[in-house]
Amino acid sequence: MSITRIYGLFLRHFYLITRSFPRILDLVYWPSIQITLWGFISNFFASHTTYYNNAVGVILTCAILYDFLFRTSIGFNMLFLEEIWSRNFTNLFIAPMRIGEILTSLVITALIRSLIGLVPAILLTSPLFGISILDLGIFLFFLFLSLYIFGITLGILVSSGLLRFGPSFENIAWSTMFLLAPFGCIYYPIETLPEIFQKVAYVLPLVYIFEEARNILINQTVNIQNVYYAFMWNAFYFSLSIVLFYYSFNAAKNKGTLINMGE
Amino acid sequence: MKNLIEVQNIKKNYGKKEAVKGISFNVEEDEILGLLGPNGSGKTTTIGMLLGLLKPTSGQIFINNLKLEENRIQILEIINFISPYIELPKKLTVKQNLYVYSKLYKVKNIKERIEYLSEKLRIGELLNSITGELSSGQKNRVSLAKALVNEPKVLLLDEPTASLDPEVGDFVRTFLEDYKKEKKISILLASHNMNEVTRLCKSVLMMKNGEIIDQGKPEDLITKHGRTNLEEVFLKLSRSKSEYN
Repeated sequence: MSITRIYGLFLRHFYLITRSFPRILDLVYWPSIQITLWGFISNFFASHTTYYNNAVGVILTCAILYDFLFRTSIGFNMLFLEEIWSRNFTNLFIAPMRIGEILTSLVITALIRSLIGLVPAILLTSPLFGISILDLGIFLFFLFLSLYIFGITLGILVSSGLLRFGPSFENIAWSTMFLLAPFGCIYYPIETLPEIFQKVAYVLPLVYIFEEARNILINQTVNIQNVYYAFMWNAFYFSLSIVLFYYSFNAAKNKGTLINMGE
Repeated sequence: MKNLIEVQNIKKNYGKKEAVKGISFNVEEDEILGLLGPNGSGKTTTIGMLLGLLKPTSGQIFINNLKLEENRIQILEIINFISPYIELPKKLTVKQNLYVYSKLYKVKNIKERIEYLSEKLRIGELLNSITGELSSGQKNRVSLAKALVNEPKVLLLDEPTASLDPEVGDFVRTFLEDYKKEKKISILLASHNMNEVTRLCKSVLMMKNGEIIDQGKPEDLITKHGRTNLEEVFLKLSRSKSEYN
């Protein structure tokens, strides 16, 4: 055993981490996010033991909705990352494709990828748990559409980061959804969050989507306002993500990231 | 002869570092221009700017009389690039890769184009192979097929025969000579292989520290610097600190 060689290999990774802000951030926020998310879930169940009374379907439905969002966002990022991993990135950006064409193509592909994962999950819940997500009725479509747009938005935002900062931003790509999960109020109502967190949650479309899903399933009523707010915030963030993507593309052209997609 | 590439006083700075310091050159139709220089001399940066992947800090680039800054998409339709540092998606078959890129370049008669390139580049038997499982020489020919799928008027080659064995290297050089003669295209060739440059290029640019330090026909440069071959000229210019630094 050579201490020198062990230290040498340690340095190889240490240098990589210390030279990359996304990598440092990745180390710090994972534990914080997990503790925060499960802390809120535990708090809620400790104080509201009857809220989900006989409503396993609510939790499962929210889990499926969240998974659809997760798959859409990660799916979009994966498409972008695949080009970097296969060293095909430059080929793609020297092809005569407009940014809009690249994004549209990725958006459609991400949808197909998500649906491939979603349909079997929906079909399994009925025979295994006697629950059907279709109980959400026609509003299921709007909730899915809203989640899809937000998933794509997150995908575009992360891809902008990859363009701007290069592959070191990859870890952020994997964990965006976990970062937002505590604020999304997926398994608990917004009131569970401390007031300051509630303010953050209210400017995200997620809270309206999951609040509405629970509202439909538990109270058997529809609050159109939730659907409206979800779409309004989605429109805002989606537009912002497109602007940011163009900005990052231009920044990458100045910085040289498009031809230097290394580690 | 018409200039297909016109580079006018382009500069590229990364912060305070000047990667390219105001270079100008032209490449005519049916010409191969060699771009030589030691590592870090600005060759890849120059190619990146010609491909629209890098924005020049100042200066202008015209391809086929179109200003790159304003006509990026039209220019990318008639230009292509090959480098050992970029690859095609490894898990797709060769045919799938060529088909995908034919679509991206909106190639008409895709089947005929792939058949033509397969025959010319001897990749017919590889079409159904997984791209990632090919040898370096095979990958190189497939990348070249991808680079020619859109029948480019301008071809940028960054060390196209690096890491190839002499037989495959010679095949690629012969192919490029014949293809250029047949299609009258312009080629900018960045290479460290001086025999290759001497054989293929009508003229060469020598770059160092982001500047063009000499240019001319290979034989003229050899005579001018009193050397016996281009490699010796390259070494002399690369090492001559006092004159050019």
